[in-house]
Amino acid sequence: MAKALLTLRVNGERQTVAAEPHHTLLEVLREDLGLTGTKHGCELGECGACTVLVDGVPVLSCLTLPSEIGDAEVTTVEGLAKGPELHPLQTAFAEEAAAQCGYCTPGMLLSAKSLLDHTTAPTREEMAEAIAGNLCRCTGYTAIYEAIDKAAERIREKQPAGARS
Amino acid sequence: MLRLPRFRMEVPRTLDEAARVLRELGAGQQDPGTTGMPGMKVLMVAGGTDVYPNMKRRQLTPEVLVSLRRALARDVRADGPSAGVTIGAGATLSSVSAHPVVRSRYAALAMAAGLVSTPQLRNMGTIGGNVCLDTRCNWYDESQFWRTAEGFCMKTHPNVVCRVATSSPRCLAVASADTVPALLALGATVRIQSAQGERSVDLGELYREDGIRYLTIARDEIVSAVELPPAEGWRSTYLKLRDRGSFDFPIVGLAAAVRMDGERVAGARVALTAVASRPILVDAAAAALRGSRLDDAAIEAAAEAAFKAARPMDNTSGTIAQRKRTVSVFATRALRELRERRAEAA
Amino acid sequence: MSEFSVVGKRLPKVNVWAHLTGTARYADDIQLPRMLYGRLLRSPHAHARIKRIDTSRALAREGVVAVCTGADMPERMGIMPSTQDEYALALDKVRYVGDPVAAVAAVDEDTAYDALSLIDVEYEPLEPILTVEEALTREDVKIHEDSGRPANVFKDVHLEFGDVEGGFQRAHRVYDNWYFFEGTTHAPLEAHSAVASYDGDGKLTLWTSTQVPHYLHRELEKVLGVPRSKIRVVATPNGGGFGGKSDPFAHEFAACLLSMRTKRPVKFTLDREEVFYAHRGRHPVLMHLRTGVSAEGDITAVHFESYLDGGAYASYGIATTYYTGALMTVTYKLPAYKFDGVRVYTNKPACGPKRGHGTTQPRFAFECQLDQIAEDLGLDPIAYRERILQPANSRTVNGLRITSMGLGQCLEEVKRSTRFPEKHGLLPRGKGIGVAGSAYISGAGLPIYWNEMPHSGASVKIDRGGGVTVYCGTAEIGQGSDNVLAVVAAEQLGVLTDDVHVVSGDTSLAPVDLGSYSSRVTFMAGNAVHEAAGKLRALVAEAAAAKLGVPPDRIGLAQRRVYDLADPSKSLTFAEAAVLAEARNGTLVSVGSYKPPKGISGDYKGSGVGPTAAYSYQAAVAEVSVDLETGIVTVDRITEAHDCGRALNPPAVEGQIEGAAYMGYGEALAEEQVFRGGLHKKPSLLEYKLPTSMDTPEMKAIIVETIDPEGPFGAKEAGEGPLNPVIPAIANAVYDAIGVRFDETPITPAKVLDALQKSKSRVGPEGLSSQRDPKAALRRLHATTDAREKKKVM
Repeated sequence: MAKALLTLRVNGERQTVAAEPHHTLLEVLREDLGLTGTKHGCELGECGACTVLVDGVPVLSCLTLPSEIGDAEVTTVEGLAKGPELHPLQTAFAEEAAAQCGYCTPGMLLSAKSLLDHTTAPTREEMAEAIAGNLCRCTGYTAIYEAIDKAAERIREKQPAGARS
Repeated sequence: MLRLPRFRMEVPRTLDEAARVLRELGAGQQDPGTTGMPGMKVLMVAGGTDVYPNMKRRQLTPEVLVSLRRALARDVRADGPSAGVTIGAGATLSSVSAHPVVRSRYAALAMAAGLVSTPQLRNMGTIGGNVCLDTRCNWYDESQFWRTAEGFCMKTHPNVVCRVATSSPRCLAVASADTVPALLALGATVRIQSAQGERSVDLGELYREDGIRYLTIARDEIVSAVELPPAEGWRSTYLKLRDRGSFDFPIVGLAAAVRMDGERVAGARVALTAVASRPILVDAAAAALRGSRLDDAAIEAAAEAAFKAARPMDNTSGTIAQRKRTVSVFATRALRELRERRAEAA
Repeated sequence: MSEFSVVGKRLPKVNVWAHLTGTARYADDIQLPRMLYGRLLRSPHAHARIKRIDTSRALAREGVVAVCTGADMPERMGIMPSTQDEYALALDKVRYVGDPVAAVAAVDEDTAYDALSLIDVEYEPLEPILTVEEALTREDVKIHEDSGRPANVFKDVHLEFGDVEGGFQRAHRVYDNWYFFEGTTHAPLEAHSAVASYDGDGKLTLWTSTQVPHYLHRELEKVLGVPRSKIRVVATPNGGGFGGKSDPFAHEFAACLLSMRTKRPVKFTLDREEVFYAHRGRHPVLMHLRTGVSAEGDITAVHFESYLDGGAYASYGIATTYYTGALMTVTYKLPAYKFDGVRVYTNKPACGPKRGHGTTQPRFAFECQLDQIAEDLGLDPIAYRERILQPANSRTVNGLRITSMGLGQCLEEVKRSTRFPEKHGLLPRGKGIGVAGSAYISGAGLPIYWNEMPHSGASVKIDRGGGVTVYCGTAEIGQGSDNVLAVVAAEQLGVLTDDVHVVSGDTSLAPVDLGSYSSRVTFMAGNAVHEAAGKLRALVAEAAAAKLGVPPDRIGLAQRRVYDLADPSKSLTFAEAAVLAEARNGTLVSVGSYKPPKGISGDYKGSGVGPTAAYSYQAAVAEVSVDLETGIVTVDRITEAHDCGRALNPPAVEGQIEGAAYMGYGEALAEEQVFRGGLHKKPSLLEYKLPTSMDTPEMKAIIVETIDPEGPFGAKEAGEGPLNPVIPAIANAVYDAIGVRFDETPITPAKVLDALQKSKSRVGPEGLSSQRDPKAALRRLHATTDAREKKKVM
């Protein structure tokens, strides 16, 4: 089957590529757009390594066809930093040693971002639930909670008074 | 990387168009019981969280996928506090479990939808997809390579024996949808759309005790909505046994709903999943509860009835004895919880 | 204030930023122009002879560029030179379901996948051997015809130290138990991946997720027939290893050969199911442990037997076999010790080294039995262990040298943190608390191939702007090895880790390091960098001393400054001092190397496995809740203290403790690499139960520092040891909760429920199953081994 032209909005940029229609968003991101920050650990929806945000919602890119998401905004780990400024989660993950081998980290960061987009004071239970679809084989999750906590605190500090949720 | 096989995708914009496309493609003539699952050349897909993994493992190898993503409604519609709700089949499991009306009036459904797999998967998977979830079996949900090494099974190759019980005349794959027992306990019906028109069926009638032909509807009939009757006076809950706190399909799922009239149980439903090829509404459990004060003896009788109704086979994680035993433990716990919730409310 | 400016500080790892921004380049992230995609054809038979392979239909397929089979690489290979029994692709026989048979390179992966079904292989199926018992007794079915040992025995080991018979005679009581530890796999999140590129200059580069670039380099030369000087292996950042990427693998050879044939880059990335077949994970081990104790509880003698189900190939199996026996002696005083170990071949994916390599299973048995002994003695299990500790700076009965030894402090720390004595035996039914201790090596005392060269080499360079580059052949597998090298170099030179570039895992650019296995990097590569950077430190200090007019021994280096210790206001920047040093001495490059000292083991056949320059020690306490109706065990908390000598980077050490505790938790309760017939029963991340965030217990990591006399800044290992005590601690906690001894893993809800319903007091094996009389086979085996050993002596 021939490749088809596909337009995606990824990390704030509109990109047009020719891709095989049966290739998943994961494959198109990694192989056609060169965005290899998105990882894959099973390709069956059983590990969460390929998590990206589609319109801010965490989904599995290995089980998403690009043609199905239309004009929605895709955010990958490459789009997490705002220009030169890292997302507070990225800094906190570094400080708390929340990334060991780093392979689950891109997906983990995006699940955590989705959590912090909804609440900047998550409980430990809310954090565990938010990353329940992201397997980490290195950390035992403890450092990840500490990092999310720290990032949340920094986000709260930056918010104007009264805006805290 | 494990990849999808090649296929063509149709994306109808309306349900009518979807129904027409399915008829034109001859989807309704397909019978997996004669061709095996991979023999079906036209399949519907909504969230894709079950269809795509199965395609990657080549359990399904359709030539055409009809995506219902645009055609299906995805809203939860509640017409006032005393009315029921209608959930578009395209509603994601996340949106169902988070919906305030579902949470307050249909607790079992909110819980069950919220316990499916992982957050990401619930953001993608739909209620319609969960209702139509393919049956599961640890001889079937494996790769093409693995199944080749094993020699296949009845579900993919109808001329091969069932690997779970070689003398079984039918496929023993397991009904594994979390939301279905919850919906059964809540008295749900489903709306079915096809080129022939629209109809409603009780959810219980959608399923058949057959791991291959597990749905009673034709393969060109679309489950377009789930309808729940008014919840006035009903309390419900869902308990799930799985190995881990996420990802896993249920190896026991039990939903219970009770409606009290004063001190007495006026209505009760207990439903099971993952312990047979179809979800089970345990009538004997309901009978044991009706008219009782939801006392320990009635609960024990209902739990015993659920225990008897569960017929797990050795084709999921866990053991048969463990899963049967857990059915009765869960029935007891669920009903006690409903009793306590009522006490709290009073 | 600390005497150090970098060591012991809670600093981010130097290589973490790439992981957090998506720019780290793992092997599968590499895309090269004209690159082809490879796929392996695997055997659907557990045991079969290959009669014929016809690749012509696959080659005729549009998009397929090249195909290769075992016949193209007929050289034996394997990680251990003494037991090479593998081929890059199966040659005459296949020995497990999943054994690679052929490889395809095509223009895309879809085509490569489809082409596999066009390779016609004619097999003659053979009866598979699937259990230890069958393997011991079936002379008529040989998995490796030329193994030279009876039936399907891969290796048997018999060692005896001290007066074992006398010890048992002296004993007040002899404990005699059987244990079984189920096989488990590493399941790193990153599947194995490799990209080979054979370039116009006749040189081959292989980027691969390997823990052992140097050993792989040797095997590539042997199998491909290409001189090592023409091959460059680059270990890409591993997305987790845990021992699973420590062998040379089929896809690595296939990528190289197909690249050489096509003159195009070739990439192979395994899918998840294939990772379960590549395996090399934890051996299932059946164990028989007899321990004599005096009335006071002193151990008088131990006899330990292990039966390892090795799977189809050797892998590190010879070392694994010895490891099941070797480290039993380094924790508690054993005056007499006998060890018999047997590893057999079976038609299943090969087992190998997984975090804790060979020591995890016997540690489970030993610590569970100690719990029972303490109970019978009426002693608190921590107090009992504290009473029988092997002392620091001692020799074990099997000749192992022990230096720093912090097990006592670890036990004390977990006791204090959990208030263990107030809980043990006192909690309500269904709640329990348990403890265990353990030990591990800081790098194997010997390399896998005999040689007198260093185990680790490093070079350090200072550039004219004050930047420092460390070159070392270590493989970064997520354990933080690059950061360890940066910390050691930065501390020595008085710069910050930000100033240090690390070039690792590259056989062309960096001096040899044997690799990231046996927890050797911190100790060995750390010492090599310590030495190399120390030489440059001296040169920089001398140059600065001359400039500042103070004696060199009064020069301090810290925080990018080189200063007079007596008057810190007299100082230079590090860059200024480096420029002066380069002017005085020429280019600032130095080398360092490390080799473990001699005399750290006994002198007997088999003494090469077990010795290390320093043992790490650890103790864990698990607190559990058991649902008496469903059998579900919830581990509420794991508290673990670990003696790492000195924590070079505390968050990284804590991360290793927590990660190891998590992994041990998974093995204790759920993970199992099990088979139905010859077929893997759970070859996916849905079926093989890696703990999720919802399951993983709360964990508390406690660092114990004993400042090892030989470690870099006193450091020892942290990556593996902390896994070992967690599993018996959980089993002991379950006993405390419900009074059932789990002498086997995993402790599943189904087993717990069954035990509770049937009022069992123990769940575990009874011994070798008696079918076909494996005990008689063992007697025959021992007799032949004795004869063989005697022949060698004569």
